[in-house]
Amino acid sequence: MHYLPAPLHIPDGFLSLTVLLICWVIAIVMLAVAISRTNKSLGEKQVPLMGIMAAFIFAAQMLNFPVAGGTSGHLLGGALAAIVLGPWAAMLAMTAVIAVQGLLFQDGGLLVMGANILNMGLITVVVGYGLYRGAINRSRKTRLTVAGVAAWLSVMAGALLTSLQLWLSGTARLQVVVPAMLGVHALIGIGEALITVGALAFILQTRPDLLGENSASAQSGRGWVFAGAIISLAVVLLSPLASAFPDGLERVAENHGFLQLAQTSPYEIIPGYTVPFLGDTSLSTVVAGLVGVLIVLALSILAGTSLQKKS
Amino acid sequence: MHSHAFDRYHHKHSFVHNLDPRVKVAATVAFILSNALLPDGAWVAFLAAYVFMLAANVGSGLGLGFTFRRSFIALPFALAAVTVLFSIAGAPVASFQLLRWNIVVTDAGLARFMSIVIRSWLSVQMAILLVATTEFPKIVHALRQLRVPAILTVIISFLYRYLFVLADEAMRLMRARASRSAITSSGKGGGSAPWRARVAGNMAGQLFLRSYERSDRVYNAMLSRGYTGELRIMQARQFRANDWLMICILLLCLAFIQIVGRML
Amino acid sequence: MTEIVSVRDLHFAYHDGHAALRGVSFALCEGDKAALVGPNGAGKSTLMLQLNGILSGRGEITIGTLRLERETLPVIRAMVGLVFQNPDDQLFSPTVFEDVAFGPLHMGLPEEEVVRRVDAALESVRMTAYRDRLSHHLSVGEKKRVAIATVLSMSPSVLILDEPSAGLDPRARRTLINLLRDLPIAMLVSTHDMRLVEELFARTIVMDEGLIVADGATKDILADEEFLNAHGLEKP
Repeated sequence: MHYLPAPLHIPDGFLSLTVLLICWVIAIVMLAVAISRTNKSLGEKQVPLMGIMAAFIFAAQMLNFPVAGGTSGHLLGGALAAIVLGPWAAMLAMTAVIAVQGLLFQDGGLLVMGANILNMGLITVVVGYGLYRGAINRSRKTRLTVAGVAAWLSVMAGALLTSLQLWLSGTARLQVVVPAMLGVHALIGIGEALITVGALAFILQTRPDLLGENSASAQSGRGWVFAGAIISLAVVLLSPLASAFPDGLERVAENHGFLQLAQTSPYEIIPGYTVPFLGDTSLSTVVAGLVGVLIVLALSILAGTSLQKKS
Repeated sequence: MHSHAFDRYHHKHSFVHNLDPRVKVAATVAFILSNALLPDGAWVAFLAAYVFMLAANVGSGLGLGFTFRRSFIALPFALAAVTVLFSIAGAPVASFQLLRWNIVVTDAGLARFMSIVIRSWLSVQMAILLVATTEFPKIVHALRQLRVPAILTVIISFLYRYLFVLADEAMRLMRARASRSAITSSGKGGGSAPWRARVAGNMAGQLFLRSYERSDRVYNAMLSRGYTGELRIMQARQFRANDWLMICILLLCLAFIQIVGRML
Repeated sequence: MTEIVSVRDLHFAYHDGHAALRGVSFALCEGDKAALVGPNGAGKSTLMLQLNGILSGRGEITIGTLRLERETLPVIRAMVGLVFQNPDDQLFSPTVFEDVAFGPLHMGLPEEEVVRRVDAALESVRMTAYRDRLSHHLSVGEKKRVAIATVLSMSPSVLILDEPSAGLDPRARRTLINLLRDLPIAMLVSTHDMRLVEELFARTIVMDEGLIVADGATKDILADEEFLNAHGLEKP
């Protein structure tokens, strides 16, 4: 068996610096909360559990099933992880999966990993868990149905977020990327939903205690339902809107300066690659270039000092 | 399954292999960042970055073309960027008729598209070189020392360790399915697509339960060896003057590339 | 001879009410190597998990001079080297070194001592050359030997092994038998491999349905074919 790259993993080079930095900030904040919550609420047993569950998600992504035309359906796993592990643990497990995919298999870039974590590891969990949490006390049939819908929507949410990031980065046109991404993932999402439901049905049959009242999946509060519902609603409303009236959305973004902000690199705030007080000379260009390098340096020095503190 | 199917490390004793993993991780990220910082159409700078890449390839003893062979993994994604070809204002380069649209490729659009693809292609090669010259557990240690939270690096370690074990189990499940399902001459397996999806779902459920039970046993094995909830790891090797020197040299190279990118 | 393990009247039932141990008593002295045999479900694994407090039932367990209690647990876990049946459960770290170092590190030993112990433990299972290998690259036989090293590095007073020869090809099994014979440490080995019992252990403990039904010289027990059959065992 070989490792097959899955869609949605954005490689390096496709997002603008500003967009990818914003994604990192959001991802890091959410992960920081997830880490503090898992430390607080879960026992030491949770460490091997999350680790092996991350490996499970990774292996489960390899379980494909043939669909017509030589393609095959398979799993992203965010919703399934959220339902069986609870949302915070699932976020950490999914993050580990995406990190290994990027680092070891170059499936998804390193600098854009924040965006990939956000798209595939965080928003999928919020949508998948939030919707499922709302149905947790219902009948088996309702739970499974809701889980299936949640799994499908989680993939759609990830795909929509990915397209928006590509658009904001100036890498793709909104009117093409949104329908294309959502169209493909509407199909991929069906596979996701079927496998998620199949897996949950199996677990409910053999070990219902793992999904019961006292399980990890029932621990978190109803705020999740709200968050899941809001994002799902946004996906449901925004997707057709973006597909039908891309020009409108583009104009809104342009009028409010989002596009410009997203597509310029942070250092380009220095206008036109020149440093104002040096005037438009080649020296000025060099200095402006050096500012870019300083960002690289700052990052390395930051890493360096943390090394020194360690040793 | 042969576990080597997932291995990306190529054992060798080379200059790059012997660098401190932290230096390599930092340099790889810095290189990718440097690519992202280069403006569109900075061809000479892209060339300089490529030369830097080739030098790293040579320094790894894996050969000039080593990363090239596996570097196309990110290219299918370039499809996502195709629209910039004709969505940026500029002088028309080529135009063609697609159905009822008249599509005009502009020079600015072409430059942007090429720049995106080149950035991606250069970046992925450095990432390939990183895992080819550094054993994965060492990369994970380096991340830990670079302040990635312990809980994440521990999960990644477990994931890496059990990836092979669980992929093997997944493989056996799929083989068991294959040996029980005949394939008709039309090339389609038995049952409808939803039915097949349910079988795949059941396999995922089975895999989940096995993994869950395994995590219990692993937890017991950890307890037996003194685990009390806090994971301890060995201190890393001291960061030596040589390592700092190396970082400085690499950063100077990248600085040079940045300057080239803005002057030429 | 001094007793290293002493178990008195141990009872244990699982949550579902299944009584796995129904009054087990035995003792193991310094240098004793004993086989623990019995059909599946006899309570062998349950008993082993009691010996370092992963499961705890009613009764009294003494390791060396320490009674097994909550306070003595950390010390006792270092004294009782428990090796699980599946080496993929036992070896949970990416590399051999990290796995063998896990025990000593979590005992709070200084790093030089940890490294020394890792090297000594690998030496005694003849796996020194594998120190920096990745665990998933090892064969089953190699994994089993490293698994033993992971507890030897804690300098235990007694080794408890669960099915050490299961799943091994003849050559790996032979290597393992020689290794177990040479290790100068008390051990209790649960197994279905009756030829291994005959070859390696002077003493055999037979369990069935949560009780010890025989404890004595291996040759006497193996000679009583009727008794063996009654407890689901076979003469080698």
